[in-house]
Amino acid sequence: MAVTRIDCDIHPAVGGTRTTLLPYLSDHWKEQVVSRAIDGLDLTSYPPSMPLTGRADWRPANGAKPGSDLAMVQEGAFDQLGASHAILNVLYGAQAVFDPYMAADFCKAINDWIAAEWLSRDPRLRASIVVPMQARDLAVEEIERRAVDNRFVSILVLAQGETLLGRRHFWPVYQLAEKHKLPLAIHAGSQYRQAPSSAGWPSHRYEYYFVEAQAFQAQILSLIYEGVFGKFPNLKVVLMESGVSWLPAFMWRANKTWRGVRVEVPWVEREPASIIRDNFRVTMQPFDAPGDAKSVEEIIDQIGSEKMFLFASDYPHWQFDGDDPIPPHLPKSIIEKMCVDNPLETFARLSLH
Amino acid sequence: MARHIVASTSEIPPGGNKVVDVAGRDIVVFHINGEYFALLNRCPHEGAPLEKAACVARLTSPEPGVYERSRVGEMLRCPWHGWEFDMRNGQSWFDPKRFKIRSYPVAVERGGELQKGPYVAETFPVHVEDSYVIVEV
Repeated sequence: MAVTRIDCDIHPAVGGTRTTLLPYLSDHWKEQVVSRAIDGLDLTSYPPSMPLTGRADWRPANGAKPGSDLAMVQEGAFDQLGASHAILNVLYGAQAVFDPYMAADFCKAINDWIAAEWLSRDPRLRASIVVPMQARDLAVEEIERRAVDNRFVSILVLAQGETLLGRRHFWPVYQLAEKHKLPLAIHAGSQYRQAPSSAGWPSHRYEYYFVEAQAFQAQILSLIYEGVFGKFPNLKVVLMESGVSWLPAFMWRANKTWRGVRVEVPWVEREPASIIRDNFRVTMQPFDAPGDAKSVEEIIDQIGSEKMFLFASDYPHWQFDGDDPIPPHLPKSIIEKMCVDNPLETFARLSLH
Repeated sequence: MARHIVASTSEIPPGGNKVVDVAGRDIVVFHINGEYFALLNRCPHEGAPLEKAACVARLTSPEPGVYERSRVGEMLRCPWHGWEFDMRNGQSWFDPKRFKIRSYPVAVERGGELQKGPYVAETFPVHVEDSYVIVEV
């Protein structure tokens, strides 16, 4: 194996509920998905046919979903893009359906499928636990079920859920996350309980994707201002596919505002930006920075912590062309840290051996 | 540093303040919990007049939803942007070392003592039987 390089965000695809997941569903849901033809629960945030969802050279020739074939993922993420390890983040509609019991059984099936058909077939792979946040108690049950398996290294939730993630309702999830050293991985995507933009429904696909950053910003503020990190100081939150370059202005504004209104939230005892630097991490595809070295250097400098950056390709999503997922002009010191040290510190259950 | 008599104690009611010009400086004197505090009457942020600041409690919290109030009235909350300062030393809540209001030593003395001097009292007739607020600038 070449150098150690941990890809913190790749996407295996669930082929279908009645195909891929069927062996892993409970008897009741097996019957239901077959008799009611429940299938095709792809998140509309990532419709399989959209170019962003699968780079052309990573789409199976037989028309199957990009990311659905283990051999292709191995070839793409490991051989071509140079990862030594990779974390699987499944984006499928189980996270979005309204029926909490269906969601729970589908999430359990996804995790069982990942353990049996991915993690067990390639020791370089790890995975995030897919949980039904629609029903917090069932999400807790699912985390407890997976916590014994160290190949599951984080808890995956969508950036846009039923309500903001900082609220007390979700704290039992974070208590468990902290206890088992499972970072909370917030990935771009929506349960579509609200419009994708806080101001309403956009007309174009591009807007849907772009306004995800609003959701990430709302979640950062919610987690900080509700006091999650005072309560669970060791909880790490990973922003996945959030984009990165908007952070400096956001951090600066969060600090500025906190100075004047911190009496609303006296449990927030230090500047939000310093909490962000300690408790938040970001995956580096997409990075969304200008193409010149000076701008990149400034953005990194303003974010102010080399610990925050995590190497990621976002395979098979089409974020870049060619074989190098590392955004251009990153300082060398950052590249070394983001490929090994930072992922190991963030995903504490991830052991290389 | 000279000692300036800036008010008689009865002039500033509890919870109130008085703005005085001392050697060309705009200074505000607060009367809280039986003590007097003198600060430059200007927020170090954008220059808001601190005579209009709210005198609030020092608010801390051991965990979300729990509000611990102490030293009630001894914190200033700037009228413009809500920055909080400790009346006792002028330090800001969010960055006590770097952002602070200039504060001045204050004393309260009986007129009888004051008449022995030295002090500066450009406009003040000092009566033996009264108490006065003295600011060192």
